[in-house]
Amino acid sequence: MKRHLLSVDDLSREDIERILGRAESFAEVSGREIKKVPALRGRTVINLFYEASTRTSSSFELAAKRLSADLVSIKAQDSSAEKGESLKDTVQTLSAYDPAAVVFRSPYAGAAGLVARWTPAAVINAGDGKHEHPTQALLDLYTLRRRAGRLEGLDVWIVGDVLHSRVARSNILAFGRMGCRVTVCGPPTLIPRGVESLGCEVRTTLDDLGRADVVYALRMQHERMAGSFVPSLREYAAQYQIDGRRLGAGQLLMHPGPVNRGVELSAEVIDSPQALITDQVESGVVVRMAVLYELLAGGPGPPRDAAAKSRPTSQPQPA
Amino acid sequence: MSTPLDSLLDRAGHARAALLIRRAHLLDPRAGLDGPGDLLVRDGAVAEIGAPGSLEAPADAEVVDAEGLHAFPAFVDPHVHLRTPGREDEEDIETGTRSAAAGGYGAILAMPNTDPVIDSASVLGSLRERARAEARIPTGFTAAVTMGQRGEQLTEMAELAAAGAAGFTDDGLPLRSARVMRQALAYQRLAGRCIALHEEDPALSGHGAMHEGDVSALLGVAGIPSVSESTMVARDTELAAYEDGFIHVQHVSARQTVEVLERAQAAGVRVTAEATPHHLLLTDECVRGLDTHFKMNPPLRSEDDRQALIDGVRSGVLGCIATDHAPHAQEEKDEPFELAPMGVTGLESAFAAVHTDLVVPGVLGLGLVVERMTAGGEPFGLPIPSLAKDAPANVCLVDLAAEWEVGESGYESRSSNCAFAGRRLAGRVRMTIAAGAVAFRERSFAIGAVA
Repeated sequence: MKRHLLSVDDLSREDIERILGRAESFAEVSGREIKKVPALRGRTVINLFYEASTRTSSSFELAAKRLSADLVSIKAQDSSAEKGESLKDTVQTLSAYDPAAVVFRSPYAGAAGLVARWTPAAVINAGDGKHEHPTQALLDLYTLRRRAGRLEGLDVWIVGDVLHSRVARSNILAFGRMGCRVTVCGPPTLIPRGVESLGCEVRTTLDDLGRADVVYALRMQHERMAGSFVPSLREYAAQYQIDGRRLGAGQLLMHPGPVNRGVELSAEVIDSPQALITDQVESGVVVRMAVLYELLAGGPGPPRDAAAKSRPTSQPQPA
Repeated sequence: MSTPLDSLLDRAGHARAALLIRRAHLLDPRAGLDGPGDLLVRDGAVAEIGAPGSLEAPADAEVVDAEGLHAFPAFVDPHVHLRTPGREDEEDIETGTRSAAAGGYGAILAMPNTDPVIDSASVLGSLRERARAEARIPTGFTAAVTMGQRGEQLTEMAELAAAGAAGFTDDGLPLRSARVMRQALAYQRLAGRCIALHEEDPALSGHGAMHEGDVSALLGVAGIPSVSESTMVARDTELAAYEDGFIHVQHVSARQTVEVLERAQAAGVRVTAEATPHHLLLTDECVRGLDTHFKMNPPLRSEDDRQALIDGVRSGVLGCIATDHAPHAQEEKDEPFELAPMGVTGLESAFAAVHTDLVVPGVLGLGLVVERMTAGGEPFGLPIPSLAKDAPANVCLVDLAAEWEVGESGYESRSSNCAFAGRRLAGRVRMTIAAGAVAFRERSFAIGAVA
């Protein structure tokens, strides 16, 4: 496994299997009264969030604490970034505390990759712009495998605003890697040109939704309406809302949260036993424990790259 | 000599070279030169050309043994950002022209998107004065089409032309309003001078940071579609035809644009166009790692677009190769891709990059590349450098076999955001003579050593 988790592309199928297996064993720990293991005692994890987050940041915090790591959580609104400090300087400052891992979220694509160039710590991408959110994809795989018993051969439909969704990108790659057949479906204005190259089929209607084993609905962001991507939420709901009529018996329903009730999902499906939405949230902690463990304590791993600390980062990268 | 070159381009005081270049391979397709020979530079001009070893050095002349080197007419770049006034931390007239000379350029045109914008005769005048103190090679300044490049009100184009504006452009920004574009073309009948256009429809580009295609879909970075460029070029060639104006389309990036230009030129519209080395050699595949050294506007496009640009350079639809040399501070390029400024430097690597990736593999002929790299002044009415006898002495000496790594010993430019940084290239400029004076000479050149 690579030293950082920046993209689902960094993970082989074996890596994913191992992380899911590890998460299973941590799930057993989470069932105990004392939910802590000493795996990362004495190691420091820094949560650096440059964008609002509830689930991801809190589950990473819980994951680090349950592994007995020392944890520092920083949000952009109360950090030096507010005083105009550059990302590079912030990262190098925090690196001086010798963290074992930096969990980083940013509104910009590739920002976690930049952080990885500037710190010797292992970097976990907790969402970079509309690019990727690999730990979300892992917890989705974990949740789905627990319920369905397998991943191979499942027909997964990802429905909604694919254009603006980092979850969609990571999940297309992750479901594909585990042998699922992936279809994305949404309004033509919210399907990025060229998305087929990620390894999915593209549909603009739900006509064939019946063949899906899993319906993964994406959050429809109201603020996107400003760009006139869809004529109205009403029309969106009429065309794409997953409701009791469209969700067939036996189909599973997933959503990364937070849900807009009555937009992408109707109330009855959210509360139906076919929905895995609360399971997904629950899985967040154990899967993120597994990711931290894999990167910091799992296997022999690559040696800490001593050169990384002194690597001249001001040099232009070779073409 | 009172050629337009002399009246529009400025440079610092200089000593006129007396130089006998011996046994170089003289290559100037327009002058019918392609073979070994001697070339004597004296009194600002090519005083004599002769068979290899045939010319005697006058007593006051330095002799340059150029055996194994090529002598081309010095290149002309119609698209350079000197960042002065306003961002002298990124580039100034001295470093920018030094960088150009090191790349084999004998003349350049600077863009007016500075702070303040070059939109008045007084700003233009002060820059020309500064160029007469600092510029290593003849440097022309273009002026903005609209006040503050806001796209609303025309600049005093007639006065700016009289004050020596080499052309007009709002480069960096498109002329959003078709009405303003039409007015500029009509007013061109009074002001003269070419209008150079950065073509893009802001409504289609949106917040795009790279080419819209498979790679942008993967990265989740908003894309700039090819049609953002080509639809504006279609609009402006129509307007140019209607007003009988003449325009130059900058940094063409898309196949569709090449096709629009081809049709317009065939229909007799007076439109010229340029391509940059980075658009000719790189594609959006380079952006996969979100390295900001591959972020520029227009963006690197697909392989299919790249092939269309190469065909356009070959056919002449794209009549010149221009760098769009755009220096940026390191700390600004050290930002996430979507935040980093657009633009890359390229003066020092332009010829070597094109030579390595297009001439060496046999895609384009060396003579054709030399023609396109020397033709940058033509759309602006500036003469094309020549090695012919009695022409003003504009010569660059190049060792085609010399390999070097871009940036290995830094840059003459004040900025290092070169798209070819770290690339190993073949073709090293050893000496540049601009309008009769030595503007650049590689330090190791005299002893023939290779860095």
